Amino acid sequence: MKRSGALLLFPLAVLLSGCDFVVLAPAGDVAVQQRDLLVVSTLLMLLIILPVMVLTVLFAWRYRQSSTTATYTPDWDHSTKLELVIWAAPLLVIICLGALTWLGTHLLDPYRRIDRIEAGQPVTQNHKPLRVEVVALDWKWLFIYPDYGIASVNELAAPVNQPIDFRITSSTVMNSFYIPALAGQIYAMPGMETKLHAVVNRPGTYTGFSANYSGAGFSGMRFAFHGLSDQAFGEWVAQTKNAQGTLSRETYLELERPSENEPVRHYASVDPDLYGAILNLCVERGKMCMNEMMSIDAKGGLGLAGVRNTLPLQYDKLARRGAVFGSGPSYVASICTAEEAAAASRAARNDDDRGWPLRDLSPLRGVGLLAPGAGSRRADAGAPSLGLLRFEL
Amino acid sequence: MPESLTKFIFGRLTLESLPLHEPIVVVTFIVVALGGLAVLGAITYFRLWGYLWREWFTSVDHKKIGIMYMALGLLMLLRGFSDAIMMRLQQAIAFNGSEGYLNAHHYDQIFTAHGVIMIFFVAMPFVTGLMNFVVPLQIGARDVSFPFLNNFSFWMTVGGAILVMASLFVGEFARTGWLAYPPLSGINYSPDVGVDYYIWALQVAGVGTTLSGINLICTIIKMRAPGMTMMRMPVFTWTSLCTNVLIVASFPVLTAVLTLLALDRYVGTNFFTNDFGGNPMMYVNLIWIWGHPEVYILILPLFGVFSEVTSTFSGKRLFGYTSMVYATIVITILSYLVWLHHFFTMGSGASVNSFFGITTMIISIPTGAKIFNWLFTMYRGRIRFELPMMWTVAFMLTFVVGGMTGVLLAVPPADFVLHNSLFLIAHFHNVIIGGVLFGLFAGIAYWWPKAFGFKLDPFWGKVSFWCWVLGFWFAFMPLYILGLMGVTRRMRVFDDPSLQIWFVIAAFGAVLIACGIAAFLVQIFVSIRKRAELVDVTGDPWDGRTLEWSTSSPPPAYNFAFTPIIRDNDAWWDMKKAGYRRPLSGFRPIHMPKNTGTGVILAAFSVALGFGLIWYIWWLAALSFVCLIATAIGHTFNYHRDFDIPASEVAQTEEARTTLLVAEGVRA
Repeated sequence: MKRSGALLLFPLAVLLSGCDFVVLAPAGDVAVQQRDLLVVSTLLMLLIILPVMVLTVLFAWRYRQSSTTATYTPDWDHSTKLELVIWAAPLLVIICLGALTWLGTHLLDPYRRIDRIEAGQPVTQNHKPLRVEVVALDWKWLFIYPDYGIASVNELAAPVNQPIDFRITSSTVMNSFYIPALAGQIYAMPGMETKLHAVVNRPGTYTGFSANYSGAGFSGMRFAFHGLSDQAFGEWVAQTKNAQGTLSRETYLELERPSENEPVRHYASVDPDLYGAILNLCVERGKMCMNEMMSIDAKGGLGLAGVRNTLPLQYDKLARRGAVFGSGPSYVASICTAEEAAAASRAARNDDDRGWPLRDLSPLRGVGLLAPGAGSRRADAGAPSLGLLRFEL
Repeated sequence: MPESLTKFIFGRLTLESLPLHEPIVVVTFIVVALGGLAVLGAITYFRLWGYLWREWFTSVDHKKIGIMYMALGLLMLLRGFSDAIMMRLQQAIAFNGSEGYLNAHHYDQIFTAHGVIMIFFVAMPFVTGLMNFVVPLQIGARDVSFPFLNNFSFWMTVGGAILVMASLFVGEFARTGWLAYPPLSGINYSPDVGVDYYIWALQVAGVGTTLSGINLICTIIKMRAPGMTMMRMPVFTWTSLCTNVLIVASFPVLTAVLTLLALDRYVGTNFFTNDFGGNPMMYVNLIWIWGHPEVYILILPLFGVFSEVTSTFSGKRLFGYTSMVYATIVITILSYLVWLHHFFTMGSGASVNSFFGITTMIISIPTGAKIFNWLFTMYRGRIRFELPMMWTVAFMLTFVVGGMTGVLLAVPPADFVLHNSLFLIAHFHNVIIGGVLFGLFAGIAYWWPKAFGFKLDPFWGKVSFWCWVLGFWFAFMPLYILGLMGVTRRMRVFDDPSLQIWFVIAAFGAVLIACGIAAFLVQIFVSIRKRAELVDVTGDPWDGRTLEWSTSSPPPAYNFAFTPIIRDNDAWWDMKKAGYRRPLSGFRPIHMPKNTGTGVILAAFSVALGFGLIWYIWWLAALSFVCLIATAIGHTFNYHRDFDIPASEVAQTEEARTTLLVAEGVRA
C-alpha cells in the first residue's frame, strides 16, 4: 500500500524537479529576501493550518454517525477556555507575522536604496549604482542608460553585484515591470514614475516581462535580462555604442506606436531629455510638459485663461490604438465673456466690427505663456465672469 | 438610405459589428439560437407562457424569486465556465510557437467575460437567490419588506445578464480584464463597444443588487418573528444581514466609479485619463473599495450555510454562536480597511503597505475562529455524511489552503513577487470555488427539499461532488506551482516549453469540473424524474434546527399560517423538544402582496436604454429613459397591490397538509 503511494508520487517528483522555480530560487538579493519572507510566513501559518486539517479529518471520522463508541453531547455549545484558545492561537501567529510584515515591508521597500549586495556584504561607496530608465511601450520595453547615453529595446543588461536604480514609467497604459529572478515587481504608469532598487548576484540570462495586462500584444511583452560580469557589461555597452540607431524625440515617436513581439534593438545615443519628456507627456513638439503645468499651477495658475490651454496639454490621442471610430473630441479652445459673445455674433451678422474685437483663437503654447489680455480685455483673466464657452469641434 | 439616417437609426451598430467572421462565435450563436428556439417552442407548445408570466415572472413571492435567481446563476455558470475551459485549452496548446486557437482579440474578451460573469452573474445571483429564499423563512416572515422591489431587483439582474450575453453576438465585450482599469478602458485605448457593454451591464445589474440589499436589511431588521432577538437569529440570517450591509455600503461606490468612467468615455471628462490631470490610480482605489467588500459579500452567506449545515448534520447546537456572530461583524467592518492590498505594487510607501497588509492578516483571526467553531461543532456530534455535510468538510479542507495563500499574499514583499501571477489566480479560485461554490452546492442540496418537496438524488450528487473537488485540485494546484515559476496571468502564448505540462494538468482539472457541472445537471434531472421516491412530506427531512423546517415543503405562499414565537436560536429544535403541535384551526385571512409585471417592464426599458447608450443610438436611449421614468411614476398610481388569502383557503391548504402527514404516519 505504502509503496504504491510512493510510486504515485514519483511522477510528481519528476515533474517538479524539472521546473525552474525562479521565485523560490532567484538570482538577486532583493528577491532572495522576498523569498525568505515568503517561506517563513508559510511555515508560520502552517502552525495553524496543519492542525486544523488534521483535526477536521479526525473529527469527521471519529464522530461519524455509524461510530458507536464516540461521545455525543448534543447541547454542548460553549467553552470559555476553548474560545480563548480559538481566538488567541491565530492572534499570536498574526502578531508574529505582522511584526515580520512591518519590518520586511520597510526593509524591502522598492523605493529604498539597497544597503547590501548580498548577505554579509554591505553596499559601500565603491558601489556606484547603475541608473536605468524604463519605459513600458505598446508592447515592448525601452531601457535608457543615462550614464552611458545608450538605450535598448527588449533587452536589459546590468553588471553583477552592483546596485541598480530603476526609474519606471509607461507611455500609454498600466504595465508592471517584473524580473522574477531580480526583485519584486512595480507598476509602470503613464505620466508617473515608480522606482525600484535591486542587485543581481549571479551572472546569467533571466526573463523579464509585464505582469499587468495591457492590451493585445501583452503576451509578447517580454525581454531578456542579462546579469553580466563587469568586463562583459563593458563589452555590452561598447557594442551598443556601435549600434546604428539614435533615439531622438522623432525616432521615439516612431517606436512608441503599437507593435508586437519586437526584436531586440540598440541605440548608440539618446536624447538626454527624452526620459523626462516621456514622463511628462511632452515628447511631441508643441506639447506642454506636466511638470511645467504643475509649477504654473503651484504659483496660482493662469486663472480663467488657463482654460484656453487645452491643446498643448492633450496627450491621449483619440483611438490611439488605431481604431477607426469617431472624430476628434471637443475641447475648450477659447473663452469669452457674454459681451464678447454677443459682439461676435453681431459681427458675424452684420459684418460690423465696431463691437469687441475677436480674439486670436490659436491656443497658447509651451513655457512662458503669453500673458492673457493681448488683444483682449483684462477682466477675463481675473474676475470670474458669466462667460460663454465656445466649443470647437 | 443616406448615411446620416442610418447613423441616426442604428448609431454605430453596423452589419460589421456582428462577428460573422469568427467561426467560434458563429457556431456558439447557432447552438444558442437553436437551443433557445427549442425552449421557446416547447413553452409555446405546452402553453406555458401564461403560467410562467402569472406564476413566476410577475411573482413577488420571495421563494419564487429566490428560485429564479438560482436558475439565472446556473444558466450563467454554463456561460462563464465555457469561457474558463476555452482559456484552459488555449493556454494548454499555445506553446512552441503555436498561437493556439484564439487570437488576442478573442482571448482577451474571454478572460474579461469569464471574470465579470462569474462574479456578477453567477456568484451574486446564487448568493442573492439563497438569501431571498431562506431568510424570510428563517425569521418567520411571510415575505420580504418590499416584495415588488424584490421582483424588480431580480429583473434588473437579468437585464445586466442579457446585456453581457448580447455582447457575445452583437459587437464585442471588453478586452480589459474584469475590473477594466483605465487608461486601458478609456475611450482612447478601447474605442469600441466592449467597455460600454461592461459599464451598462454592471450599472443595470448594480441597481438590482443595491435594492435587493436594502430590501433584505429591512426584512431582517423589521420582520423577525416575535421573540427572535438579534442574538437569537440563525447564523445564516446573521451572515446575510452583514452581507447586505456590505452591499448597501459598497455597491454605490461601484456605481459611482463606473459613472465616472462612463463620463470619461461619453462626454470627454478627464477623471481617469492620462492627460488633463486625470488619475487612473484613483479608479484603481475606488473600484477596489467596492471590490474587496465584494469578495466578503460572496463568502459571508456561505459561512452561514456551513454553520447551519454543520450544526444540523452533527445533530448538535452550533459551537460558539456568540463568537460566530462577532466574528462575522468583525469581518464585515475589517473588509473595508484592506482594499489597498490589491495594489501594493502601485508605489505606495512602506508604512501604507504594511498597514493594509496587517489589517488583511487580522481578518484571518475571526475567519480562523469560524473554522474552529465548525470544527468544535463536529466534535462530539453525530455526523451524518449527507451531501451538504460532504461539501462542508471538503470546504474546510480546501478553504484553509486558500486562506493561507491569501495571508501570504497580504505580506507586501511576498506580494511583490506573486502579484498578478498564476499563484494569485490559484489563491482566489481556491477561496471562491472552495468557499463560495462548495457552499452553494451545500446550500442547494440542503434547501432543495424545502423548495420543491423532494430531496436531490444522492448518487449523482456524489459524482458531482468528487468531480468538483478533484477537478478543483487538479485545475488549480498547477497554477500555484506556475506562479512560483514566475508565470503571470492573462498570457495568451508561452515560449517556455517546460511550463506546458502544468497547463495540460490544469486543463484536465477543468474537464473534471465540466463533468462535475454535467453531473449536477443530471442530478437535478434524475431527481425530478424520481421525485416520487425522493419525496419528503414532513417538511423537515434533515431533522433541522431553524424555523424554515417547521413549515411544509414547498412552503405555502404565506409561509406560516401563524407567526411562530421564538424562544431559542435553534427555534425549530426548541419547538420540537417542547412537543410543538401544528395548530389545526382558528385560521385567519392572510394579507399578501399582489403580483405585478412592472418589474419586468422596467428592466426591459433599462436593457433598451443600456443598448442605446452602448451603440450610440440616442433616440432609443432617450425614448427608453422616458418610458422607464413614466412606467415608474405610473406604477406609483397602482393602488391594487395587495389582497387577502381568505381564512377558508388557508384552512384548506393546512388541511391538505394534515391529510398528507397522517397518510405518512407522521404526527400532524
